[in-house]
Amino acid sequence: MLAYLIKRLATIVPTLLFVSMLIFGLQQLLPGDPAQVLAGEDQDPTVIAYLHAKLHLDRPLPVRYAYWVGGVFTGDLGESVRSQQPVTRLVAEKLPVTFELACLAMTIALAIGIPAGIVSAVGRGSWWDYAANVFALWGLSTPNFWLGILMILLFSVELGWLPASGYVSPFVDLRANLAAMIMPAFVLGNAIAAVLMRHTRSAMLQVLSADYVRTARAKGLSEPVVVLKHGLRNALTPIITLGALEFGTLLSGAVLTEQVFTIPGFGKLIVDSVFNRDYSVVQGVVLVTATSYIVLNLLADLASFVVNPRLRR
Amino acid sequence: MTTIVDEGHARSAAPSRLPAHAGPWRRAWRRLRHRKGALVGLVVVLLFVIVALCAPWIAPFDPIETSWSAIRQAPDATHWFGTDEIGRDVLSRVIWGTRASLLAGVVSVTISLSLGIPIGILAGWMSATAGGIVDGLISRLVDAFLACPFLILAIALAAFLGPSLTNAMIAIGVSATPVFVRLTRAQVIDVKVEDYVEAARAVGNPPWRIALRHVLPNIAAPLIVQSTLAIAAAVIAEASLSFLGLGQQPPAPSWGSMLNTAKDFIDSAPWMAIWPGLSIFLLVLSFNLLGDGLRDALDPRQR
Repeated sequence: MLAYLIKRLATIVPTLLFVSMLIFGLQQLLPGDPAQVLAGEDQDPTVIAYLHAKLHLDRPLPVRYAYWVGGVFTGDLGESVRSQQPVTRLVAEKLPVTFELACLAMTIALAIGIPAGIVSAVGRGSWWDYAANVFALWGLSTPNFWLGILMILLFSVELGWLPASGYVSPFVDLRANLAAMIMPAFVLGNAIAAVLMRHTRSAMLQVLSADYVRTARAKGLSEPVVVLKHGLRNALTPIITLGALEFGTLLSGAVLTEQVFTIPGFGKLIVDSVFNRDYSVVQGVVLVTATSYIVLNLLADLASFVVNPRLRR
Repeated sequence: MTTIVDEGHARSAAPSRLPAHAGPWRRAWRRLRHRKGALVGLVVVLLFVIVALCAPWIAPFDPIETSWSAIRQAPDATHWFGTDEIGRDVLSRVIWGTRASLLAGVVSVTISLSLGIPIGILAGWMSATAGGIVDGLISRLVDAFLACPFLILAIALAAFLGPSLTNAMIAIGVSATPVFVRLTRAQVIDVKVEDYVEAARAVGNPPWRIALRHVLPNIAAPLIVQSTLAIAAAVIAEASLSFLGLGQQPPAPSWGSMLNTAKDFIDSAPWMAIWPGLSIFLLVLSFNLLGDGLRDALDPRQR
């Protein structure tokens, strides 16, 4: 286990290095002098001079990169031009909101996607299978911001059951929090449920045709035991890996969902920063997202390692 | 951009009864013809293409012409899809918006293919030479790109490049490139040890000729499948960027920006949200159906 962990850690170091170069390189896409762009419409010479010194713009590119990476290592992702707050603090403030949304969305995705995949695989060729595949195509083809708008139209405007927007912290009022989060979580979970359903179906079809499943049936075990204990357990490895990979989809989707439902999370932070031309915040958000994605992939690999004894040999 | 390999479907496909002399493309077309979903997808995509090309003639009104006497008018005989917050005809805007969506889908994927295929071929070809340094570098760079969620990377790129449809297409194209690099690389590694490539090398063909004449045609099938699915993802990505204000700029029509405006009038003018969203859904669904069908018909791994 330790050797595997070290090996995996060794592979993510160069990836992280390239990620940091990529994100730092984004700044080079800004036309002209970055300090002038960052200084906004006022073009205050004092601000431009301050930004020049702060961003080390008079130094060569590799040196500037070294300064930036050095800051990242000490938890300094720069400062928001708009709010003058450290990017780390802004990210830390918004992260729990998106984390809650992501957890709820993933719970919904797992609750729909895995059972639908199992039913589809077990009843292959049946109406259940057909319905599950239609659901998957629907999930993959529906833009989640449109689904969000349609849900607001139905549940908020027409029925008046749920609030269309407005975030309440779960520590203030859990009920109001869940009422505000259930629609965005469903919207976000819907697309991932479709992907999970297809993969679960595919993995289960493979597993259910394996010899050990035939043996389990021949032993006279009941169908639920065969499917869930012998089938699903072995099909779990690719599903765990996929769950982590879908984290990226979750964050991309969160950007749009938070915009539709006005949730003050990570996604809204990046969009607001883009329009405020607050580029260090954009860089900080992308860096945190990419790093989280890499770490989650590592955790998924380790989870697969634990779940699947064959990988340990 | 998630590629889904649905083995169950592939296995359930009817066994092909095709003459042995039929070429691979002809056989693929015959297989595709038997998949109703793919054919429906193809027909709907073609319909959208016709709508996009004929927009100036079939749109009943000017898509940017405002009418203060017809603000947020419900669908009726004059305005079939209703009007928006400044009296523009929603149907005409949906028809013209088809251009932005299709253009974004096709141009973005063309950018991804033009970057992804040469880099992927280089990585795959060099995987066993020079200690695999070139391949290692390209692969780590691809990993870095893939670590940034597709839309977030596209948003960041579009933000730094500046909001416009052209920049949105560049951002989407660049963000989707790593998938094509990885796919091409894997295919090249498989194909380059085949006898016909060895034979081409043995008779003295230069590497670029082997890549273009012998490798590329043999890795085209999975690339075509991935391209179709990538167009679907790019259409959604363009709509998403336009929805956020980073794609097509007003007053030019785009389905995403129409939805962005519509969300503010959802209680008084729901038709403003229904039609552009439905158009995105139909176009993306059609490309997904076509991509699924093409995968079963073309991708050798799925047969």
